[in-house]
Amino acid sequence: MTQRDFYGLDTLALHAGALPDAQTGARATPIYLSTAFVFPDSDRAAALFNMERAGHVYSRISNPTVAVLEERIAALEAGVGAIATASGQAALHLAIATLAGAGSHIVASSSLYGGSHNLLHYTLRRFGIDTTFVDARNPDAWRAALRPNTRLLFGETLGNPGLDVLDIPTVSAIAHEHRVPLLVDSTFTTPWLIRPFEHGADLVYHSATKFLCGHGTVIGGLLVDSGRFDWEASGKFPELTEPYEGFHGMVFAEESTVAPLLLRARREGLRDFGACLSPMNAFQILQGIETLPLRMQRHVDNARRIVQFLASHPMVERVAYPELDSHPDHALAAKLLPRGCGAVFSFDLKGDRAAGRRFVESLTLFSHLANVGDARSLVIHPASTTHFRMDAAALAAAGIGEATLRLSVGLEDPDDLVEDLKRGFRAAQKG
Amino acid sequence: MRFEIDGRAAYAYTGGKSPQAALTAGRPALVFVHGALHDHSVWILQSRYLAHHGWPVLALDLPGHGRSVGPLLPDIEAMADWMVRAATVAIGSGAAPRIIPVGHSMGSLVALDAAARHPGVVAAACLVATTFPMKVSEALLAAARDDEARALDMINLWSHSRLDHRPGTPGPGFSVFVQNRRLMERQPPGTVLHDFQACNAYAAGLQRADAVKCPVLVVQGARDLMVPPKSARTLLEHLPQSQTVIVPDAGHAVMTESPDRMLEALAGWLGALPAAVTQSQ
Repeated sequence: MTQRDFYGLDTLALHAGALPDAQTGARATPIYLSTAFVFPDSDRAAALFNMERAGHVYSRISNPTVAVLEERIAALEAGVGAIATASGQAALHLAIATLAGAGSHIVASSSLYGGSHNLLHYTLRRFGIDTTFVDARNPDAWRAALRPNTRLLFGETLGNPGLDVLDIPTVSAIAHEHRVPLLVDSTFTTPWLIRPFEHGADLVYHSATKFLCGHGTVIGGLLVDSGRFDWEASGKFPELTEPYEGFHGMVFAEESTVAPLLLRARREGLRDFGACLSPMNAFQILQGIETLPLRMQRHVDNARRIVQFLASHPMVERVAYPELDSHPDHALAAKLLPRGCGAVFSFDLKGDRAAGRRFVESLTLFSHLANVGDARSLVIHPASTTHFRMDAAALAAAGIGEATLRLSVGLEDPDDLVEDLKRGFRAAQKG
Repeated sequence: MRFEIDGRAAYAYTGGKSPQAALTAGRPALVFVHGALHDHSVWILQSRYLAHHGWPVLALDLPGHGRSVGPLLPDIEAMADWMVRAATVAIGSGAAPRIIPVGHSMGSLVALDAAARHPGVVAAACLVATTFPMKVSEALLAAARDDEARALDMINLWSHSRLDHRPGTPGPGFSVFVQNRRLMERQPPGTVLHDFQACNAYAAGLQRADAVKCPVLVVQGARDLMVPPKSARTLLEHLPQSQTVIVPDAGHAVMTESPDRMLEALAGWLGALPAAVTQSQ
């Protein structure tokens, strides 16, 4: 489906999933802050519990405000549906826990957000799910890591920290040869920059905390299913194709030909793990999505301006932004991300750890904190925060320098942001 | 449930209940028949509900659709005959059971045809998003022939009335629109042209309607662009015993866009059928 054959992305960002409130006529999506929903009669109650009717029972499983958000992101990604979760991490966990169990194996890009790496490398191993990390740019490494018990391939559209562009067409083809799906974290890109399903990905998740919400206010996650992966033909997912005793022997692939994963994830993962999204947070994220197209354009425009400034600055060793000729994924980015490569990137300051620290501390517009995708510009110095225990050699192995700085470029006047960065360079130099 | 007809694998969803067990209560089997490019899953909520409310249920995948292997059947009459055989084989009763076909779009023609030509089997029929003649536009046929993806986009756009469904199928958080697109993509190449040609070529609709003596329910989406309700006027004149329910704010995909309204129309009609229809003879 191309966008022109339906509604444009800008229209979907405002309207998908929402209609004026039937009772009050409220045009904005109301916040249904209700734990549970009254059954009109016992028959309706039984039918809702048994998935004979569609509707809301209890807000851990579904909620009217949250459903608008789920249907909106599904429309934006051209997915068959979505599940909103308490955080991006919860969305990743929900996807994995629905498809994999003890004895399963995942192949993941080594260029991952630290939180995702922790989940895969440490926590899930405790539960018997093993992960092999591979160089995302090397198709042979993806292939070589596959095992008979591999159930999922996983990467980020723009990998951490060097903004490696995931070659979704190539990696998804490898996944499909092995009859398993490709899950993509599209947090940095949002549907405005790339719709991974159009390139072969099967599942997408977002930390909605970032650009989708866009204002640094709430935590949330979204898992979206393309509906294209044929779980029955794969033969590797009895969770979806065999009776599930935890829900009256239901065979999810018979209930829904194209969306059994989301049915099971909701009926098992949300029900049992319980990492649901608050309707209040869903409302905040919906508000953010309404202006996503406008904001992302401005984020990218500002990021380009900052990249240009940094790339020509004598105190900068390297800028990791795929639109630069020097980036190893420059050509791939032009193909997959024609609208831009987002607004989060790293650069290496010439200097030591102390220089990086002085740079950050001197900034006034860029806020020093551990987040990205805010309307305000953000900065972090990994060597003195997220990776402070690592020595120079360990940092280098992780692709991070002692004076590497990560920026999340916001919506301010770009001239003011450049002036702020100049302040940082002056402070760094003073050491 | 999986079964075989002429050595070919076929499939029917039974709503999570055994249709054989429900048949002992004497009710006819509800046989849900999907439309072009679809499978049983478009009927998932209505079929599951009714299976859990005492009705024997079979939601079929027609040959060449979903889990039933091909080849595609050549015309509406062949689909109607296959439906009757499928019900017989799936229920395993030997003789054909009494059935109430519930058909959507192309499936509504199958239900109509079976009601006329198998009067001893069909106790009543429900025709959803129906019309006669079911002529497919030249533009859509051309797209089906030359650019299948384009044809699927056109069908999907014209099958839905809105961007928001409260509630949609199968529940909150799902996109009725994108699910339909993906379901159509799942069918083998050439299915769209074949199914549309079958609808287009079906010429016996009024003759069959005149032969139908059983009760008939017609359910139409008020905002159906594929089969506008007014286009069914002539057909309905030939089905004087029929009752019609117009579902507001629904397009062609009535049962997925407005699953509750569809269920209420169907369950209400079934509940009001005379005992002579709903009890074994």
